Amino acid sequence: MTVRTAELLMAIATLLMSLGLMLNVYTDELNIGWVEGRGPGAGVWPFWLSAGMALASLATLYRWFRGKTPESRSDAPYIDPETLFLVAVSAASLLGLLILMQIVGTYLSLMIFMVLYVRILGHHSWGTTMAFVIGTPVFVYLLFEVALTKYLPKGLPFFEEGFLFIDNLRYEWFY
Amino acid sequence: METILVSLGSGLLQAFEPLNLFMIFAGCLAGLFVGCMPGLGSVNGVAILLPVTFLVPPTAAIIFLAALYYGAMYGGAISSITLGIPGASTAVATVFDGRPMAQAGKADQALMAAAIASFIGGTVSIILFTLFAPPLAAFALKFGPQEEFALMLLAFATFVGLGGDDIPKTIFSILLGLVLAAVGFDIISGQPRMIFFDMVEFQRGIGFLVLAIGVYGVGEMLWTLESTAGKVQMHSVKITVSRMKQNLLQVKEYINSTWVGSVLGFFVGTLPAAGATPASLMSYGLSKTFSKDPDSFGKGNVSGVAAPEAANNAASTGSMLPMITLGIPGSPTTAILLGGMIIWGLRPGPLLFTESPDFVWGLIGSMYVANFATVILNIALIPVFIRVLAMPFTLLTPIIFTLCVLGVFATTDRMFDTWIMLIIGVAAYLLRKLNYPVAPAVLAIVLGPLAERSMRQSLISSQGDPMTFLERPISLVCILIAVALVSYPMVAKFLKRNKAVEAAE
Amino acid sequence: MKLWKTLTMSAAALAVMTPAAMAEWQPRKPVEFIIMAGTGGGADQIARLLQGLIEKHDLSPRPFIPINKPGGSGAEALRYLQDKAGDDHTVMMTLNSFYTTPIIQEDLGVDVTQFTPIGLMAMDTFLLWVNSDRDDITDLDSYVSTVKEAGLDWKVGGTGSGQEDSVLTAMMEAAFDYEVTYIPFPGGGTVAKNLVGNQIDSTVNNPAEQMEFWRAGNTKPLVQFTAERMPAFPDVPTAKELDVDIEYYMQRSVNGPPGMSPEAVEWYTNLFQTLFDSEEWQEFCKSDGLTCETMMKGEELAEFHATQKDAHVALIEQVGADAITGE
Repeated sequence: MTVRTAELLMAIATLLMSLGLMLNVYTDELNIGWVEGRGPGAGVWPFWLSAGMALASLATLYRWFRGKTPESRSDAPYIDPETLFLVAVSAASLLGLLILMQIVGTYLSLMIFMVLYVRILGHHSWGTTMAFVIGTPVFVYLLFEVALTKYLPKGLPFFEEGFLFIDNLRYEWFY
Repeated sequence: METILVSLGSGLLQAFEPLNLFMIFAGCLAGLFVGCMPGLGSVNGVAILLPVTFLVPPTAAIIFLAALYYGAMYGGAISSITLGIPGASTAVATVFDGRPMAQAGKADQALMAAAIASFIGGTVSIILFTLFAPPLAAFALKFGPQEEFALMLLAFATFVGLGGDDIPKTIFSILLGLVLAAVGFDIISGQPRMIFFDMVEFQRGIGFLVLAIGVYGVGEMLWTLESTAGKVQMHSVKITVSRMKQNLLQVKEYINSTWVGSVLGFFVGTLPAAGATPASLMSYGLSKTFSKDPDSFGKGNVSGVAAPEAANNAASTGSMLPMITLGIPGSPTTAILLGGMIIWGLRPGPLLFTESPDFVWGLIGSMYVANFATVILNIALIPVFIRVLAMPFTLLTPIIFTLCVLGVFATTDRMFDTWIMLIIGVAAYLLRKLNYPVAPAVLAIVLGPLAERSMRQSLISSQGDPMTFLERPISLVCILIAVALVSYPMVAKFLKRNKAVEAAE
Repeated sequence: MKLWKTLTMSAAALAVMTPAAMAEWQPRKPVEFIIMAGTGGGADQIARLLQGLIEKHDLSPRPFIPINKPGGSGAEALRYLQDKAGDDHTVMMTLNSFYTTPIIQEDLGVDVTQFTPIGLMAMDTFLLWVNSDRDDITDLDSYVSTVKEAGLDWKVGGTGSGQEDSVLTAMMEAAFDYEVTYIPFPGGGTVAKNLVGNQIDSTVNNPAEQMEFWRAGNTKPLVQFTAERMPAFPDVPTAKELDVDIEYYMQRSVNGPPGMSPEAVEWYTNLFQTLFDSEEWQEFCKSDGLTCETMMKGEELAEFHATQKDAHVALIEQVGADAITGE
């Protein structure tokens, strides 16, 4: 896909999104007009600003057809095929991290994430990899759970029990 | 005046008690650490505080907390500069120029400028605080919704010209931020708005940090990955004594922005509704508008780092003022501070100054000392922060992603927000590749809720008469300044052209 | 391999531990202490005070973590608790939006009588406040006549449409047959500040939110909406004394999700009873004008919730949901 096509598609997408937002506000039966004696209703702000977004998208479309933006004249690829892999893998690994966090919990998923990034993508030595795989969860545990008393996601009950086993040791030893 | 000096003297003496001094350094260090983690800020640092409060007297505890607050303010700049992710909403404007400076191998300069500007901002405002606390509290009371709205207009006005060259895309970005800010419950009518797919989580709204970390953390990371193809992204800097000295001397370049930011930050900070974020944004905008070289802003102008940093530190001191004098928190952190004071049996309010002078002046004295402590710690730690930049990208990326995810989770305790962050991050990346500026959206989501609410409150109270904004003196003045600011670049251009014409004739 | 070992070991250890845990239930992980309002407000202050006391007196083997879920007048918090059904490690600090929010938002799908009642920590009260600059207003009568004269120019501040004070404001409108302009602000503290700064003309605030301004002589209470005069305000008449039939309280109770195990309920009830009886809590109640005589719990509290819920349904029907949302 060239930058030129991408800009057209993006402008259409933003236009549709703006219209969708307007429709969303409208169907929620929010007041999009002026309420006598009270000023603007609850829907005025989101509705008319979305309308503004739609207009801005139309303006971009118009400029695209007239070839006014540098992007609309560019035939370079939208995402460089050479780096597409890296970007896609990064986004996907983040997605995977979020999914795993809800299944196996924060700590295990962070370990997997680190192996993937440091060893498989980064080709670092096993020493560095293990330092990250062990170091990150320990650091996160000490900072978030111990110092800031946050309870990070622990995943399914089975994994949560496993974590609590370790967590119990902390309370037994330090309190 | 004399009584102020005497009280201040006793306050300073209190701050120099060994326990309190220790608390100041410990608080600054803890704050610095928490503040430089994206998503974590002084609010989270309060959790560290709770156990401390049971061990030491209230004055020492509040000193610890105030120091932590300061440290976190500085810390926000560190992640803005080194990682390019604003650690807190107050540090958004620091990214604009701090990030380009780091990419150009001038991270140490930016960090030094941030530290010194913060120090000046903090010190100026604590002096103003000491001298003018009671009259300022009275002034803050004059700020009704009309004045708040006028102030928001002023904040937007200072940002004219921040966006890119493509006007429709800039407008789209601003509006998108404003619309996203309206997601969730409408406080005026109590109706839910834009609850997409009927997901109850949207009722909470889309937080600023979710958007900012999505845009600057995830989006920026993907962008950098692509543009550098995974090679080491930044020039590492070698810190030498002479270079540090040089950096210190650079202060001349940004001292004007720093003064302006300090004073502006303090005043905006004292207004209960506003706080440090609008202050830092306005300071950045002003310093750009009146700069000799406005085009260099956003590309690594050191004044662009100093101005918002001076303002946000000044404002964080300023926001203590309504808390101490009125018992009204100017920011979420001060709200929790307030809770802490109640646990210790102190009653923040108009009488605190007269009823617990030891406490108030001890706190004020410690603020002076905390400023010194943070600037020293900061400059000493610059070489450590710089090391982050020397890390290979394949090590830095997973760390940043981890911090983004956990930072977003920590602010609201919801996995939902981390998903929103990912979606926003990818969208921001795709938009940015097509020259859509993303900074305006981030600003808009910060100021949007304030602007909408104050506008509608004003109109309800005037029964729908829009003249109310012009009838009140403070609001009128703010609006006039806003109009002047918007027209200033055009007028300046016009004058310049006239001069050129005259010269040609 | 190592990991697997840890996991199996922990599972085995848990199996051994479980019977002992059944005998005397205790939290095994940090307890989420949900607050159905934002930071800095009354509910938040109370929850953080309680959390501090738990820590100070070492009352729980695991920490309580306060989590604010202010979305939609508490709708977010209510749904969260509903979805946590059967969980023994979540409790919630509630206020009156516990009743009003599910009524106003019918499609929320939350029935608060299904929740597990733990303890009623306090009853908060409401007073009518004006700025002390208003020399022309000295009692309820002069207040009502001034408001009637001003009509819609009279600005009443509050914490949001659908919140307790908007219900009370609507009740007053009905009782005195006048109409005012209600302006929502984000939080009781901001309302108080706007009253002191004369941005609004009057408000119905909890004592805690006005106490310091009152002591400093910035604002004055005209009437209290309680059955009897509170010790903190011996000179302020109650509405009932003045033949106005308005009595309204804010409950501040702790509740768990539906289907909490009885052992856990017992443990939490004991915990909050200890807190309730603590010197610090009683001191706080006294200074903040809260009523804390005995802690209502269990069946009694469940009944209380049921009556309160019905009362609010009737109330909202009477004043009309429109009067509260203002649209």
